[in-house]
Amino acid sequence: MAQMTMIQAITDAMRTELKNDENVLVFGEDVGQNGGVFRATEGLQDEFGEERVFDTPLAESGIGGLSIGLALQGYRPVPEIQFFGFVYEVMDSINGQMARMRYRSGGTHTSPITIRSPFGGGVHTPELHADSLEGLIAQQPGIKVVIPSTPYDAKGLLISSIRDNDPVLFLEHMKLYRSFRGEVPEEEYTIDLSKADVKREGKDVTLIAYGAMVHASLKAAEEMEKDGINAEVIDLRTVSPIDIDTIVESVKKTNRVVVVQEAQRQAGVAANVVAEIQERAILHLEAPVLRVTAPDTVYSFSAAEEVWLPNHKDIIEKVNQVLNF
Amino acid sequence: MKHVLESVESQFEMFQILNENGEIINKDDMPDLSDEDLKELMRRMVYTRILDQRSIALNRQGRLGFYAPTAGQEASQLGSQFALEKEDFILPGYRDVPQLIWHGLPLYQAFLFSRGHFHGNQMPEGVNALSPQIIIGAQYVQTAGVALGMKKRGKKSVAVTYTGDGGTSQGDFYEGINFAGAYKAPALFFVQNNYFAISVPVEKQTNAKTLAQKAVAAGIEGVQVDGMDVLAVYAATKHARERAINGEGPMLIETLTYRYGPHTMAGDDPTRYRTEDLDNEWEKKDPLVRFRTFLESKDLWSEEEENKVIEQAKDDIKKQSRKPMSIRNKRLPTLSEICLKNFQ
Repeated sequence: MAQMTMIQAITDAMRTELKNDENVLVFGEDVGQNGGVFRATEGLQDEFGEERVFDTPLAESGIGGLSIGLALQGYRPVPEIQFFGFVYEVMDSINGQMARMRYRSGGTHTSPITIRSPFGGGVHTPELHADSLEGLIAQQPGIKVVIPSTPYDAKGLLISSIRDNDPVLFLEHMKLYRSFRGEVPEEEYTIDLSKADVKREGKDVTLIAYGAMVHASLKAAEEMEKDGINAEVIDLRTVSPIDIDTIVESVKKTNRVVVVQEAQRQAGVAANVVAEIQERAILHLEAPVLRVTAPDTVYSFSAAEEVWLPNHKDIIEKVNQVLNF
Repeated sequence: MKHVLESVESQFEMFQILNENGEIINKDDMPDLSDEDLKELMRRMVYTRILDQRSIALNRQGRLGFYAPTAGQEASQLGSQFALEKEDFILPGYRDVPQLIWHGLPLYQAFLFSRGHFHGNQMPEGVNALSPQIIIGAQYVQTAGVALGMKKRGKKSVAVTYTGDGGTSQGDFYEGINFAGAYKAPALFFVQNNYFAISVPVEKQTNAKTLAQKAVAAGIEGVQVDGMDVLAVYAATKHARERAINGEGPMLIETLTYRYGPHTMAGDDPTRYRTEDLDNEWEKKDPLVRFRTFLESKDLWSEEEENKVIEQAKDDIKKQSRKPMSIRNKRLPTLSEICLKNFQ
């Protein structure tokens, strides 16, 4: 098995699907000869030609509309939105158009589009690059939202996303792109887009997270282990749909939960997880379900983002609160 | 420093074949249409005018839902569709239901669309079109994609879309024509300039003298056409389609037209923003009257013929509107009912 960074695993997934299905097209700003600003599409144009892997003009809404039109001609587009903070320019194409295509056409058309886009804090980007905006899309029925936390998951989830017959937003946390390597099989494999992953088993408390916060949660769990606190860590992997069954199963075992997200607190994925838990498992709870999130402010200037972003210490603090309730 | 705006703008002249009196003023561009084709164009315009009148009546009786009147725009809508082939893909705006009908959408489904029933949006197999777009401009960016897809597939067909004068102010308008231009994709972008975006007059919409000239910024061809002259619209569309299929890129076609009725039947009152004088001025240019005069001069049309079409239209509408009106069941189809059938 190869050791890969997450970005290598992502490139590998695209290469696999470009090989498997001639209808797969990869395009976006700078994805051609330049290989993407993060090199996610490195070498793909040389290998598959400009017909399959190509640059677009600099216009996100145009990229969204192009994807929808290509899908109507039987293609399976994999567009890149260069940074997810630019999503506001393409909101209509995503939530207004591709997510609704199957429903509005009465099942006569669909949009098998996988939008890839980098996001996430901690890498000192300018404004509107790092924001966690997954909640904007997770609220829209008809599109799935996938956020991998490891190279292995990234490859399997991206292959599944590209093969899915409905649109998928595939968000790639920039901090995870090259920060560590993991084992990634060279052969193709898929991961179910509706299954969370129990990253660490425990009995005292459940930490539910996704993206970079999975690693903050694992770090918190390791530190707490030294104090005899045994935490379970669940990686949602898809924030729409959310795998509630896996969560409820864990809650029944640990009876205490902290939900962790990098996004601001209000109206986010974590709030939804909390609501689902109280609806389905309130009698199994020994303490209120608490959240670790970023504060409800505009995303911090990058010089202050380390203070602004949630971290493992915030998680430990909340765990102590649920344990001592 | 050289200023070019004035000289560029002045080069956009209205393309016309029939003048307001129904006389051919531009023999060279007269399209090669058989007598039967010419009569068919007239039949379609008359039929669609009746459909509009009946749809307005049905709406007022509470028997139809959302409806955007089409009278006045028949030449623009039907002249362009008449130049298309079955394999061409239409991405319409919400006033462009007539093009869908003549592209193959059954009439009863058009009524269902108006009534907000999902079956109205289900294009039958072989009808290459989407249901009408509500977000103004969204169809333009999607058209670039359909056209690029056709080019990649090596198809000899075009993607065709419609918006109005107001639509040319949208970012998606520019992105759509620019993308199609950059890829030399076979797309036909129609701007049906009826001079009012609901109530806002085109002079307040833009400082551009013509909407066709917006093509220049995208590096594509643009033409302004008399949208009340069905032969001019047909000829321009035919020309644009041929060059697009030959790999010469997309084209922007502005049709100068007028909607006699309100924006939609949902409470718009055109007397708040248009004068009676202006309405009268445009009715003198009426596309049906003009074309009828032309056909009569060639002995191709008669009152009898016209009445036959009117009766046919009324009869069809009566029969085809019965089915949608009888659907009282407001049960929501589940996503799985609609979706699983075709794609899982």
